[in-house]
Formats: sequence, structure tokens, C-alpha cells
Amino acid sequence: MTEFLKSGVNRRAVLGAGLAGASMLAMPSILRAQDKSLKVGVYGGYFKDSFDKNIFPEFTKATGIAVESVAEPTGEAWLVQLEQAAKAGQAPADVSMMSQVSMLKGQSTDLWAPLDTAKIKNASNLLDRFVNKYPDGRIAGIGAVSWYITLVTNTDVYKEAPTSWEALWDPANADKLGLLALVSNSFLLEVTAKTFFGGTNALDTDEGLEKAFAKLAEVKPNVRLWYRDEAQFEQSLKSGEIPMGQYYHDVTGLAAADGNPVRSTFPKEGGIQDSGCWALSRASQKVEEAHVFIDYMSQPAIQAILSRKVGTSPTVKRELTDLTDAEFAAVSSDIEPIIPRYDLYQTKSDWLNQKWTELIVG
Amino acid sequence: MRREAPQKLGDYGPLFFPAMMLIVFFVVPFATMIAVSFFQRQQGGFYVPAFVFSNYERFLSLFFANVLGFSLMLAITVAICCVLLAVPFTYLLTRMARKVQIVWLVALLSVLSLSEVIIGFAWSTLFSRTAGITNLLVMMGVMSEAKALLPSFGAVLTGMVYQAFPYTVLVLYPALVRLDPTLTEAARTLGASPIRAFFTVVVPALRNTITATLIMVFIFALGSYLLPQLLGRPQHWTLSVLITDQAIYQSNMPFAAAMAVFLVLVTLGLVALTVMAGRKGEAA
Repeated sequence: MTEFLKSGVNRRAVLGAGLAGASMLAMPSILRAQDKSLKVGVYGGYFKDSFDKNIFPEFTKATGIAVESVAEPTGEAWLVQLEQAAKAGQAPADVSMMSQVSMLKGQSTDLWAPLDTAKIKNASNLLDRFVNKYPDGRIAGIGAVSWYITLVTNTDVYKEAPTSWEALWDPANADKLGLLALVSNSFLLEVTAKTFFGGTNALDTDEGLEKAFAKLAEVKPNVRLWYRDEAQFEQSLKSGEIPMGQYYHDVTGLAAADGNPVRSTFPKEGGIQDSGCWALSRASQKVEEAHVFIDYMSQPAIQAILSRKVGTSPTVKRELTDLTDAEFAAVSSDIEPIIPRYDLYQTKSDWLNQKWTELIVG
Repeated sequence: MRREAPQKLGDYGPLFFPAMMLIVFFVVPFATMIAVSFFQRQQGGFYVPAFVFSNYERFLSLFFANVLGFSLMLAITVAICCVLLAVPFTYLLTRMARKVQIVWLVALLSVLSLSEVIIGFAWSTLFSRTAGITNLLVMMGVMSEAKALLPSFGAVLTGMVYQAFPYTVLVLYPALVRLDPTLTEAARTLGASPIRAFFTVVVPALRNTITATLIMVFIFALGSYLLPQLLGRPQHWTLSVLITDQAIYQSNMPFAAAMAVFLVLVTLGLVALTVMAGRKGEAA
């Protein structure tokens, strides 16, 4: 996904293009429905373009609420902006798509206005893990989209698809891997725990984490590239320069459909499923409109459109959608996914970050 | 033109605008950064105003000392490489016909229009196994098979020298153009070879310029954070990369600020040492 555009320059370009696009696309809808409107923050670039094209115009048609889409910068910069604006009583966007770690961090300062599921009748369609709750049970966010990070390979170099994440540890793959560079976006600790220690619960204790780090250190000689910038790895994967690694399932599928010699495999331990939530800033005045929007987005039909047009995996139960097997396989899998331990990236983030940086840099 | 000391407040007028710009875009942000570096980080949240030293304490470790040491070493190496390449190049350039000079300068300026991203990706393609320059060497029969030249220290260094080279030339150019040609002519008349004249007359005459250029390239290279990521392994990541990680991905502004303040202090210290060493050399 474009969530992880890694460089400052990239982000600026995306922002610039996003803002230009936003003003162009938002203008007619503002003119059409001046009375009701909603500012929606979406990751800039591909995501926002797809939403502007496939989702927002239909939403305005169906509800009469004009949408002004705002390109969110990546990382946690948007969370910081929302937080500081909320302190001043401002909302740069009413509803924003937020990562799970950002959801937890926002919870710590009560940034998210609690959502009322009585007004979101489609919320019952959601898989439980896509409802983000405050510790006291109030609902902080509703699953917007989800996506998978899987084991990807170059088909010219690997004739047979790998079947397990264990391939990352195989000494035969020395200096051949491309992996994500941050502990909080690669989720490799979870992969290690699921593959070798029976599940992500193994990370509950510090000893468990130490063990996972020690096991993960064995991967290091195999890694050619620790990437922050997706384009960097995608190019190398296509050319066979770096023939194996972790990458986004949907993007890899699109690249394969374009004729590139790449494939995405759901290992038997499962792909990594990451997701974004819709969350409402406590400074927003558009509470009613926000609920209408989140309800609209939680319809199985809309989730199916997202899967077909944007390539995201549905956050609602599969059987409610009309996705064919092929369409579902293009964005998801029935293999039980590895769900990242987002709680760790909140409670132990500095320690994990330090250990991780020392592991890969040291 | 006669120069007079400013008499009344109005005479300072022309200074007002640049001073304002300096305050708004440099002094205020930098002071904010210093203040934030003492704030209390709240894990899993943001930060609260406070006056604590924990951010600096975390930085004082062998791990970060190594990263800082590497960053400084890399920046110094880039500065030295750039100056070694650029001084002879610019000297020869100033001896060329005006038209040739213009073509070269326009070409160098156009390199400046390339962003770090484009430079990084271009070099990573040039150094790749599948499409890189080693394929040419294989075609010419120099090498038996193509191989990847990155990620490596050499790749990082090449990219950064390429990026800083135009700046180096542009800083050296005015000084070299103004260099009195009679100096070298005198040296030649007294029997020095062109190379000897260059090293015994041109280089010493330019000592201050060269020192200033070294410092400028050093500081320029110290801020690089994209090329080490694109062309190097994690052990080639500079402190700037780790600062970005903390600020953007960990939202740990206090720690990022503390690292940045530390980097600025070390840089200023090194620059001061260089300038002082230069003064002493002059006095001797």
C-alpha cells in the first residue's frame, strides 16, 4: 500500500499532487452540496486517487454529503497533526484512515470521538478484529480496509513457490532477501513467533521477545535490502536483482498481471494482515455525517468494490460479499492470518525500536 | 564608494528583512528543537513539556557513538573526494574558452536540478547486476560475469560525491577565475612544470577557499539520509537516517531533537577546530 512511502521527497510530491487533485475533484462536489460536507483523510497517492475515483462520488450521490478528501502524510505525522489541531479545537479532517498503532496512540489522549454503533447498522457485518475499542469498551474506530503482506518471489529465480516463512531463514537464500526496515511495519517478530514459537502469544514476555530477536538475527545474512521505500524493492524484485522478500499481496498481484515474473505466496503460517480504521477526531463538528460515512463504507457491497478497484481485503465477513473465489484470492486468503501485535508497538515501542535498530544496523 | 557606519535606525533598514527571515526560518525552529529535546517522551503517545536529560542519556551509548562516528567519517570522506576531484577540474575549466566553460557550468547546474531520489535510483540501476555497468564490462570481455556493486560503502560514497560535486565546483569557480594568472606564469618562467606550479602556487594560494569548500561539502554530506538507504547496507546508515526514523516513524520528537542537537554541536565543534587550525597555520 502507499501507506509506507518512505522518503521525504516522495511524500512531498505525493502531498502536492494529492492537494492539487483534491482541490480539482472536491470543487464540483462542494458546489453541488454545500449544506452537508465531510472532510475525509486518506493515505495520499494511489489510495486517495482510487477513493476519489471509485468511492467518494457514489457516496455523495447516495447521501447528499459532499466529501472533501485530504491527502494524509505517511508514518505518524498525520496523527501528530490531528492531535495538535484537536488541542486547538480544529480538525484538519473529520474522519481519517488510521493505522492500528496510530489508533492506540490516539486512544491514549482520547483523540478519537467514540462511535455509536446504533447509528452504524452495517458495523455488525465486520469481522470482530476490525472494531477498534477503547479499554473501557467505547468504540474508537471501525475497520476501513485491510491488506496482506506476504512472501513474494521472482518466478525466474524460484521456479517453485516457497511454502513457509522458514524460507527467509534458509542459508541457500543468502543475500537474496528484501525486507521492510522497521520493526513496526515489517512485523517480522510476529512472523518469527508464529513460524518457530507456536504463535504471537510467544511475544507476551520479554524473554519471548528476546528469543524472537535472537532467532530473527539469523535472517540477517540473507538480507540484501532493508527497505523503507516500496518502489526500491518492487523494482529489484521484478528484475530478479533481489528475488525474495516480504511485500504487499495486492501490488504483487497487479505486477504479475502486468506480465512481470513475480508471485505472492500465502505461507502455511499465514500472511501478515495489516489494516486501517476510520476514526473521528474529537474536534470534529460533523458527527452525524461521519457516522453516515462509516456506515456507508461498511456495506459488503462497498467493501467488494474496494477489493475489486483498490485491491484491499474486505473488513466484513467474506460470505456477505459477492466476491468470486478468484476475486477473493486476489486480495486475501482463507489461511488464518498473522495479526500484528499492535499493543507491543505502543507499550514497548522504544525498547523494540532500539533492539531492532541494533539488530539490523549493528 | 564611501562606506560610513550606520548613523540612525533607518540605516539598518536593509538588514531588517534578512534578519527577520533568519529569525523566522532558522532561530525560532532551532530554538524549538532545542526545547523539544528536553521534553519528556511518553511512550505510546506523544510528549509533554518538561526539562529532562533522558533523551540525551539514551543517545550516549556505544551504538550511537558508532553511528555518529560513521556519519562523520562518511561526510569527511565525501568532502575530501569532492575537493580532490573538483580543484583540478575547476582549475582546468577556468583555463578553457568561455563557451566551453558555459557548457560545463550549465551541465553541472542541471545536475543540481536532480533530486536525491532520482540520483539514488539512477545509481542503484547503474550498480545493479541485471542492468548495471558491469554488464558493459562483461561485453567488453573485462569481467566474466555481471555482478551487483551495491549495497556497499563504495556505492554510497559514489552517489554522495556525485551529488555534492556540482556544489563544490560552483564554490571553487569564482575563486579560481579570479586567481591571478601571472602567479603561475612567474612559476613557469622560473622553471616549474605545470603540475609543480599547480601544487606549489595555485593550491597554497587557494588554501582558505579549499578549507571553506571542505567545510561546506562536509556539512552538506552530513545531512544526507536518502542515498545511504538506497545504496548502502544498514551499517552504512547515517545518523540522519536514525533521526528520521525517530521523528517520522516512532513519533519520538524529543529523542530525534536531542540527536539532531548533538549532531549540530559536534558539527560546529569540528568546523571551529578546522578554522582554528587554519588560523594557526597562517600565523606560523
